[in-house]
Formats: sequence, C-alpha cells, structure tokens
Amino acid sequence: MISILKTSNLNIGYKSKNAVVTIAGNLNLNLSSGKLISLIGANGIGKSTLLRTITGIQHPLSGNVYLNDKNISTYKPLDLAQNLSLVLTEKLPPSNLSVFELVALGRQPYTNWVGTLTQTDIEKVQEAMQLTQIEHLSHKKHYEISDGQLQKVLIARALAQDTPLIILDEPTTHLDLLHKVSLFKLLKKLTQETQKCILFSTHDIDLAIQLSDEMIVMTPENVVQDEPCNLISNGSFAALFKDEHIIFDAEKGKFIVT
Amino acid sequence: MANKKRNTILFVVLALGLLLMFFASISLGSVTIPLKDVFTSLTGGHATKSTWEYIIINYRLPKAITAVLVGTGLSISGLLMQTLFRNPLAGPYVLGLSSGASLGVAFVILGAGFLPSFLSVIALSSYGIVIASTFGSTLVLLLVLVVSQRLRDTMAILIVGLMFGSFTTAIVSVLTYFSTAEQLQKFTFWSMGSLGNLSWPTIGILTFCVGIGLLLSAKSIKPLNALLLGENYAKSMGLNFKKARLIIIFATSILSGAITAFAGPIAFVGLAVPHIAKLTFQTSNHTILFWSTLFFGSIIMLFCDIVSQMPGFDVTLPINAITSIIGAPVVIWLLVRKRNFQ
Repeated sequence: MISILKTSNLNIGYKSKNAVVTIAGNLNLNLSSGKLISLIGANGIGKSTLLRTITGIQHPLSGNVYLNDKNISTYKPLDLAQNLSLVLTEKLPPSNLSVFELVALGRQPYTNWVGTLTQTDIEKVQEAMQLTQIEHLSHKKHYEISDGQLQKVLIARALAQDTPLIILDEPTTHLDLLHKVSLFKLLKKLTQETQKCILFSTHDIDLAIQLSDEMIVMTPENVVQDEPCNLISNGSFAALFKDEHIIFDAEKGKFIVT
Repeated sequence: MANKKRNTILFVVLALGLLLMFFASISLGSVTIPLKDVFTSLTGGHATKSTWEYIIINYRLPKAITAVLVGTGLSISGLLMQTLFRNPLAGPYVLGLSSGASLGVAFVILGAGFLPSFLSVIALSSYGIVIASTFGSTLVLLLVLVVSQRLRDTMAILIVGLMFGSFTTAIVSVLTYFSTAEQLQKFTFWSMGSLGNLSWPTIGILTFCVGIGLLLSAKSIKPLNALLLGENYAKSMGLNFKKARLIIIFATSILSGAITAFAGPIAFVGLAVPHIAKLTFQTSNHTILFWSTLFFGSIIMLFCDIVSQMPGFDVTLPINAITSIIGAPVVIWLLVRKRNFQ
C-alpha cells in the first residue's frame, strides 16, 4: 500500500480583502493506493473547498499538499494531469462528442500537439471502457445516454487519463438507488483491480459506510479520517448533523429520523 | 471506422467543389469570356483579347483569392468563438467584432482629417487600416469576454454583441457629421463590403494576416477539443487555459480584424459556416471541423461572390447583402432548432 496524497498541517479556507475565513484547520490526511475513500459532511461544511485545495485548484491558507511526495503547487499543469484526474458535477456544454471521443479526451496529457491517438492511447481508452462496461455505448452521442451511463462515461474518461489518484465530486447525485449502488460497486471494483486510489464526496452516507475502505468525516469541530467501523464506534457520525431529529444508530450503521 | 471512409469521401467532394467554385468564380462575370481564354490567361498564355487577359489576371483572380481568404478566415474565427464561448450563436459579426473593426476603420477614414497631413497618409494606408481594425475587433472581443464571465447566459451575450453594434453605429453617425462628402462615400462603400478592388500587394498583406490567424487556430485544435468538456475539465487534463484562451482570442481578432479592414463587415459567414460543417460531418472533433470549415468557408464565399456578380448583368450587388440574405435564415433556423443546440 503506497501513500499517494498526503496533507501536512493543512489549513483550508478563503482570504478576502480584510479577513481570513478558515474552514478547517490542521488537516493530516493520507490517501493510499487501492483504497476507496469517501468524503462526507453536511452541506456548506467545506467539502468542495477541501477538494479544490487538494487538487491544487485553490491555494491552502497554510500547510502543504503532497502528491507522490512532491508539493502539489510545484506541479506543471501537464504533470499534474498525469497524476490526478477529476470527475466533476458540472453539466457538460453542448457538443457532438461521442462516448468514445469523450473518453479519448482523457488521453490529452499524453498526445501530441493536435491530439492524435496512438495505438497505446486507443488501447487505454478501450481498457477504460471495458472496466466501466460502456463499450456498447461507444458510438452514441454523450447527450443520448442516461445520467447513470454518463457518470460511467466520465469515470472511464478519468481512468483513460491513467492517474494513480481519481477524485470525484458527488458522483451519485441525480441517480436512483439501483444506479447509486452499481456506481459505488464499480468504484470499489476499480480500486481493487487497478490499485488506484479513489476519493469521492457524497451525501449517501449509509452506502458509503458499507462500501468505503476509509472515510473522511467533516464536522465544524474537526476532520477525521478512519475506517468506517472505527468511525462508528468513536461516534463521529453522531456529530455530523446538529439536529435533534436525526440520530445515528451505531448498531445498524445508519441514520434514523425521530 | 465507417465514419473515416465517409469523411474521406466528403473531403474529396469538398476539394473538388472548391476547385470548381474557384474556377467558376473566375469564369463568370459581367463580361463574358470564353472558357478557353480563361484557361490560357490563367496558365500564363495570351488570351484572344488582351482586355480579357487583364480582367482575369488583375480583377477576377485577385477577387477569387480574396473570397477564399475572407471565407476561410471568418468561418474559422466563428468556429473558435463558438467553442470558446460555449455558444452556438457566436461569430465575428453577431458578437460585434465586425462592428468594433468598423469603428476602428471609421476613426481612420472619417477622422483622418483631424490628423496632420503626414500622419493621415500613414493612417489611410493599408497598414493603418488593418491595425485600426484589428485593434477595434480585439477591444470588442475583450469586452465580450469580460461580460461573458459575468453572464453565462447565451442570449445575454448576444444582446451585448447587439449593443456594441448599435453603439458603433451611433459613434460612426456622429463622426459622419464632421467628415467630408468624399470621406463619407469612401466609408459607405467600405461598409457595404467588397471582395474586389484589392491590389496584389494588399492581397499579400491579407494573406499574411489570415495565414497567422489560421496557424494559431491550428495550434488551438487540441485545446478547443479539451474545452468541449468545459473549462474545469480542460484544466484538469493539463490545459494551460489562460494561454490557450489568449491564443484563441488573438487568432480570432487578427482574422476578423484584417478581413473586415479589407473586405468590409461581412455578415453571418462566420456564424453559419461552422454549423454547416458540424451538421455535415456530425462531429465536434476540431481536427475535422478545422478542415471542413476551411473548405465550406471558401466554397460558400466564392458562391456568394458569383451571385453578387449577377453573371450576364451589368450590376454588382454588395457582397454583404448576399451573405445576409443567405445567412440570416440560417440563424433563425438555428434558433428554432434550439432544443438540440450542438
């Protein structure tokens, strides 16, 4: 098990003109290969800020993020793209891209100046499509497929980018239970088969508890990273929502509304 | 791989179409010249009448070359803008770039009287007009870019382009109050658009500017493909977004600026041609779109030029009128089909 991303005494937040807003402080996270790690927390707690900071989009207030033992702020865009790929929540702009072309865009960090696909590139794209089981959609346009299928296509694109770390921002929004479960299972399978590290943020806490190897729980007080069973026994989930009507049942491992 | 075969066939057809149109545009015109004489003049021989040879070499050939340069340049700049702004209705004319270029030219042509005589000679030279016009179009493009970062709405950006258009018209009409009849006539003729009247040296300048624009556009093919997934995905795939955007903006400005300087503000070509290319090839891959837009742009411009010549008649219609008559319905049709904006 190799550590891929580490943070040391990381403080995240925003700097505005006359104030510094700290969202979370003193984070020491460690993401290792072959692990499926979920990031949970209430709305507005700063999950996006954390993701933006550890992907190098936003600068930390203090502390450092190390990707493969190298400070993420020292990466050139192209090097970073070969080590870290993203699946975002934003809607794709209108275009005529087919599923194959969309997945193949993941090869951009490796292709020449016009983006010609070599035999290796095509093999990587096909491999990514096999792993996500979307080969039959290859010639469909990206706007012709369902939300669940599109999510798999976007994951395939990240796989084609061939990076040790993939970060997904709320990949299960808009999906029904069936597709949520199949997506989580797919992510789990990918971490086991490819030894990649996959980090995703989600609001489907019950499912995340059952399928993640590790979880990062964000509360206003602190940010904890541990295995789900340890988090249950030390009561981290109980502190997640400050509401008397939501109680965490440690025995069943799920939230109950009273 | 069936697509590959289909694309090859389409490109062969387009190449033949271009050759045919180019030749047709040289052969047709208000003076009827036998095909045989057209050939001999083009291949350096002597035509039956020396006036025919003169017409072919010094009038029709430069005009056909200008049509190709204008058609490709405007269409490519439209293609770049549509992807950069993620807006299918973007184009040099609609977004007000042509208006910006017009404003630059208006200042030079109508305002030259205010300058000391030696400066006005420099300003009114081809170089002066190109610089003023490129400057004007760059300025508008930068303004549109600033506005588009605040307004993500397709329609809002178009309305802003429209406003720039009215704004320039207003400034131009103020300028006309202070200009002589001669200057006014010069500007009016320029604003109707014309592919003719370009001497060989000016064609050289235009070719140079369009050449630079096209080279930079070719360099932007890969970034444009990345931008199909939006700015954030493009960045995550290693794209230096700021640099890519700067190159795209510069390419668009120099293309539409130089072309507007010499041929006048030509409407709708930049907007409509990329859509024709996208619909024909059913793809968003910019490698294919780049070449198909080049071909379609020159073919359509040559066609519009032939129509404006009204073969067999003595009159020549302004090219801008023809492109608007063909282009405006295309835009309306695109708006009606909006459900499926690709």
